[in-house]
Amino acid sequence: MTRTVKNLTLKVWRQNGPDDKGHFETHVIDSITDEASFLEMLDVLNERLIDENKEAIVFDHDCREGICGTCSLMINGQAHGPQRATTTCQLHLRSFNDNDTIVIEPWRASAFPIIKDLMVDRAAFDRIVESGGFITSPTGGAPDANLIPVPKPVADAAMDAAACIGCGACVAACPNSAANLFVGAKITHLNLLPQGQAERYKRAEAMVDEMDEHFGSCTNHGECSAACPKEISLDVIALMNKDYRSAKFKNRKQLSRK
Amino acid sequence: MTMLQDRPTDTKLISKVPDGALADKWDNFKANAKLVNPSNKRKFKVIVVGTGLAGASAAASLAELGYRVDAFTFHDSPRRAHSIAAQGGINAAKNYQGDGDSVSRLFSDTIKGGDFRSREGNVYRLAQVSVNIIDQMVAQGVPFAREYGGLLDNRSFGGAQVSRTFYARGQTGQQLLLGAYQQLSRQIGLGGVRLFNRCELVDIVVIDGRAAGIVTRDLLTGELTSHAAHAVVLATGGYGNAYYLSTNAMNCNVTAAWRAHQRGAYFANPCYTQIHPTCIPQADETQSKLTLMSESLRNDGRVWVPKNFDETRAAHEIPEQDRDYFLERLYPAYGNLAPRDISSRAAKRLVDKGLGVGPLKNGVYLDFADAIGRLGRNVVEERYGNLFEMYERIAGENPYDQPMRIYPATHYTMGGLWVDYELQTTIPGLYAAGEANFSDHGTNRLGASALMQGLADGYFVLPYTISNGLAPLLNKTVPGTDHPEFKRVETAAKARFQGYLDIKGTRSPDFFHRELGKLIWNYCGMERDRNGLEKALTEIPALYSEFKTDLRVTGTGEGVNQTLEKAGRVDDFFQLGTLMCKDALTREESAGGHFRVEYQTEEGEAVRDDENFCHVAAWEWTGDENNATRHEEQLSFESVQLATRSYK
Ligand SMILES: Cc1cc2nc3c(=O)[nH]c(=O)nc-3n(C[C@H](O)[C@H](O)[C@H](O)COP(=O)(O)OP(=O)(O)OC[C@H]3O[C@@H](n4cnc5c(N)ncnc54)[C@H](O)[C@@H]3O)c2cc1C
Ligand code: SF4
Ligand code: FES
Repeated sequence: MTRTVKNLTLKVWRQNGPDDKGHFETHVIDSITDEASFLEMLDVLNERLIDENKEAIVFDHDCREGICGTCSLMINGQAHGPQRATTTCQLHLRSFNDNDTIVIEPWRASAFPIIKDLMVDRAAFDRIVESGGFITSPTGGAPDANLIPVPKPVADAAMDAAACIGCGACVAACPNSAANLFVGAKITHLNLLPQGQAERYKRAEAMVDEMDEHFGSCTNHGECSAACPKEISLDVIALMNKDYRSAKFKNRKQLSRK
Repeated sequence: MTMLQDRPTDTKLISKVPDGALADKWDNFKANAKLVNPSNKRKFKVIVVGTGLAGASAAASLAELGYRVDAFTFHDSPRRAHSIAAQGGINAAKNYQGDGDSVSRLFSDTIKGGDFRSREGNVYRLAQVSVNIIDQMVAQGVPFAREYGGLLDNRSFGGAQVSRTFYARGQTGQQLLLGAYQQLSRQIGLGGVRLFNRCELVDIVVIDGRAAGIVTRDLLTGELTSHAAHAVVLATGGYGNAYYLSTNAMNCNVTAAWRAHQRGAYFANPCYTQIHPTCIPQADETQSKLTLMSESLRNDGRVWVPKNFDETRAAHEIPEQDRDYFLERLYPAYGNLAPRDISSRAAKRLVDKGLGVGPLKNGVYLDFADAIGRLGRNVVEERYGNLFEMYERIAGENPYDQPMRIYPATHYTMGGLWVDYELQTTIPGLYAAGEANFSDHGTNRLGASALMQGLADGYFVLPYTISNGLAPLLNKTVPGTDHPEFKRVETAAKARFQGYLDIKGTRSPDFFHRELGKLIWNYCGMERDRNGLEKALTEIPALYSEFKTDLRVTGTGEGVNQTLEKAGRVDDFFQLGTLMCKDALTREESAGGHFRVEYQTEEGEAVRDDENFCHVAAWEWTGDENNATRHEEQLSFESVQLATRSYK
């Protein structure tokens, strides 16, 4: 049954540009239906701010279906809020009670600089993919799709890893701001598939080295996987580490042969 | 050849479909197309706007060929484009199942599905290259579903009797987009593509009748910049958000296509929009978008409404004799699997009568009780578990215990920029690809065919046709950004954004978008009639003039200002909405997604008028959105017989 949630106190991070110090701003939502999503609550608040001739709160969002990876909020200290396996945009006010105080912050990680208010820059993820997160296969040169069978369990495991939406919650949740879950997911997706073998070790080395340029190191807290809306498993980090170690060895051997 | 009309095609609307038998046309084109030799390709700059399936695949392929490519997206990363949200799958005439599929069958299914309002030559080529798409995507590492033997699995989709749909769980669009994004990323890393993210096209510059470049607005700084190129590709998606509520992402908009239109590109069939029958109904006034529930649910769910107007019992307490399984009643042959447009209208009519369900009486039931009884809960969970979870997250109800509530919602737009066989608009040098063009789906797109079309355009069509267009420009100078026209357009764009800030009225852009969306939905949605459309054509302009005097945009033009971005997009939706209604008004027939109440059989089915409307309507901008000029491209059919669709 639909319920009305009353008297929510929102403490929202406002920061007018990358160089601003930033501060919390408090807003009270007197009453709102619990059918509303978390972002719809922010829409309502923004309409009110415009009404009061103030600037709307800036936040990133797009699909509102949990698939594009654009939304990103720390809600009471939790990346994407309290609900398991749910992005911020899929979180509804059903998860909250009357008189709750909700602290809303951007992702906090030095590799994700704050642009304005709740919006951050996650371009470091793109740089990692550019460094090797692909299978080289120029348009038009591909063999028939059924030429190389892929065992179903392999395809399924690759798909599990490929489900990552690139949201960055793993980084935001990590005490070290490490990106191992994100990078491990991409490496696992491509390195498991037969099509990805030719560049397997080159890919692992390039992506991990690029990752180290931007992000902190992993000390096995596991917070990333707990926060991940797609429940990417920590196994992807193990596979990444294994391939990276082999890569250092194999790539060196190849170099010495040249 | 069936030529139904002796009216002439407008001279600007020459489709340039090559000669020869249908099956040979694309080969003939390629055999005769002009080429640019590898060392000369670096001399050409191509701008690609949009990095969804169509844009990312085009940008990556053109860069691989050696062209210098600048790619633009308003998203923070190319991976966020709304292609990511496609669930069901992608069609291809691989015939891996050996169940009788072929290029010509995919072609004829698509032509029929589109209710005989698309261009044969283009559709045949689409079916031909569909097979290459799957090869390409598998090579790129797309983890499509597989059989235990390791070969690719297929499923079937509406409007087809064969299994030709490839899928990656319920995330086909995501996996395809990531494949194209990764290929694009490789080119960015190699320097073949320069990426401009969080950067929105705000105008197109045409000099001496040819596209010379674009003007963009940096969404982080508000800065306007000119970019010159030898060719410009728009792959900027569909305009479903004109309705405010749709299954599109929040930021989908028509600005790029609309600006092209204002600069001289004809806009084709704007009233062809697709309403998808199975979406979660609106819950309340704060609703910002609608979510699609996969069509596959209709394989096991039964659609019904109560028979009594004053029904108050919970669904499971309503006995069989008080339920109306209306799709099974009206369309016994197809039942709950009747096509999208037909199922949507049937639901709408009952809800309009007051028989809707849910707190707002704005939905119909999609009930799995029978399926659970017949197959057991486990089987249902295996088939639809993730969809049931998604439904519960959004609607807060458990579909194992009570039926889902669904209602139709805007999902896709078949209309778009008019393009010829080479995907070139009526502005030379300006191309349109993916959902942004009007090309292949007629009045109704079949499921799993948009992903196919976007990738076909980007990977396998544009690389050939753009070379053909660029070759004659070799060693000729084209205007650079120092040409005064760039400055002029930049200044006008700046003034437009400043204009929104200066109105200082009382209503937000969202307020106007919501109100506009209601008008378009009510008058130009699932059913249209002359009366309503005429009303819309006075009510939309009235609301638009309020927008121009009472809009309030807070903040400034510098730095991030999402309210200002929105204002610009809503402005364009107003003008587009007017054209949609005009197009719907002047198309005096019913076909596919365009249903005019006046043109139906006694049983309420669409009645086409092949005598007078077997053509594409392409609109020319005249400087005033209320007075666009209508042009016609006549359609002729060589290989299929025009017939009435029947699903009884
Ligand atoms: C919920 C949902 C489910 C679907 N499921 C299926 C399915 O199962 N099968 C199927 O075949 N089809 C499906 N479709 C349809 C299909 O997904 C789309 O038609 C298709 O992906 C569109 O691709 P595109 O490349 O044309 O545009 P998009 O992916 O929308 O990309 C548009 C791009 O243009 C950019 N852009 C737009 N305007 C500007 C501007 N002014 N300046 C700069 N950049 C701009 C955006 O940033 C983005 O990069 C579905 C659609 C929806 C909404
Ligand atoms: S691994 Fe999970 S949390 Fe990290 S980016 Fe991917 S989906 Fe987001
Ligand atoms: S807005 Fe797309 S995942 Fe949240």
